[in-house]
Amino acid sequence: MGLFLAQAVFYCLIPPVKVSRLVKQIHFIGWQSLVVILLTGSFTGMVLGLQGFYTLNRFGSEAFLGPMVALSLIKEMGPVITGLMVTGRAGSAVTAEIGIMRISDQIDALTLMGLNPFRYLIVPNLLAALIALPLLTAVFDVVGIMGGYIVGVKLLGVGSGTYFGEMANYVDLSEVAEGLYKSLSFGVIIAWVCCYKGFYTGIHTGFGAEGVSRATTQAVVFSSVLILVWDYFMTSIMF
Amino acid sequence: MRKFDLELSVGLFILAGILCLGYLSVRLAKMEILGGEGYEVHALFTNVGGLKEGAAVVIAGVDVGRVRRITMENYRAKVVLNIQKGLELQEDAIASIKTKGLIGEKYIQITPGGAEEIIPPGGKIWETEPAVDLEQLISQFAFGKI
Repeated sequence: MGLFLAQAVFYCLIPPVKVSRLVKQIHFIGWQSLVVILLTGSFTGMVLGLQGFYTLNRFGSEAFLGPMVALSLIKEMGPVITGLMVTGRAGSAVTAEIGIMRISDQIDALTLMGLNPFRYLIVPNLLAALIALPLLTAVFDVVGIMGGYIVGVKLLGVGSGTYFGEMANYVDLSEVAEGLYKSLSFGVIIAWVCCYKGFYTGIHTGFGAEGVSRATTQAVVFSSVLILVWDYFMTSIMF
Repeated sequence: MRKFDLELSVGLFILAGILCLGYLSVRLAKMEILGGEGYEVHALFTNVGGLKEGAAVVIAGVDVGRVRRITMENYRAKVVLNIQKGLELQEDAIASIKTKGLIGEKYIQITPGGAEEIIPPGGKIWETEPAVDLEQLISQFAFGKI
């Protein structure tokens, strides 16, 4: 698997990159995930606002609702939930697509035509995930903060200035950068695991429709678990 | 037309993402795009007690700058402050380290002085007041030294 990633990165660094494929994959991984991200983001923020309000209310410190919502979104929830959502929505489809190309010998056909399958299939996915994940995470964070604002300020009566002012006091550039690094690494994980499972469908999981379905399941489970485990290590390294 | 839609939506997506990223880093994390506007002065404290780089500098409760760097100089803490442009500090202004609330974060409060001379950029605030050690105060109170 490491060799697979090394090979993909190697082809990323050497031009030419297939720009039209890249744009298509960004459209698929990024743009089409936007609705899911907007929905999950706003409800995650709203639930954080609600839960946080009742917890902080006991100590009489509702003023810290803003920092609490913003920090947990930016540092943990944003990157992780975005990663899991993209895995489920786009990663599974990528595995299935590449897997079906493998079992119907289309990848061998590409090689015969002199097209490098890495350059044509893997590299656009890897780059698209690297571009799309941080942007989706940023959208998730902002939408979540707005969700927390709706619940905390509009429904539960925290001051609007308090919410945003305290937030600006406590959020640092290093925390935004931490979230960004996390989402970049999750992008690599998703593209790597899902492409790998698809690419070696026939060899590891058997040919036929069953092989593709098994590869897709494995890809989603494995990259979700890897995201959560890697998130723990990233957090422990960065503190 | 189909291809145009594809590229348009990708462009819109990237634009929206960058806007959100910009909001997070500029509005919330207070990233300075045009470098630090304003000028620097420094002050020596005997105890900064938990003051962090990036902490606020206030006059009369209004934000007027940030703490740039905290270094050691001659066993005292040298704190470099970035003060916003156009704000003049008198030679006898006092910089003191205060705490927001009882257990909140530390910030620097500058009490304006009445002198004619102004501290130039790169100059020094002579009068400083170190952070109040709350535990020491409580123990002094408990053991009757006040």
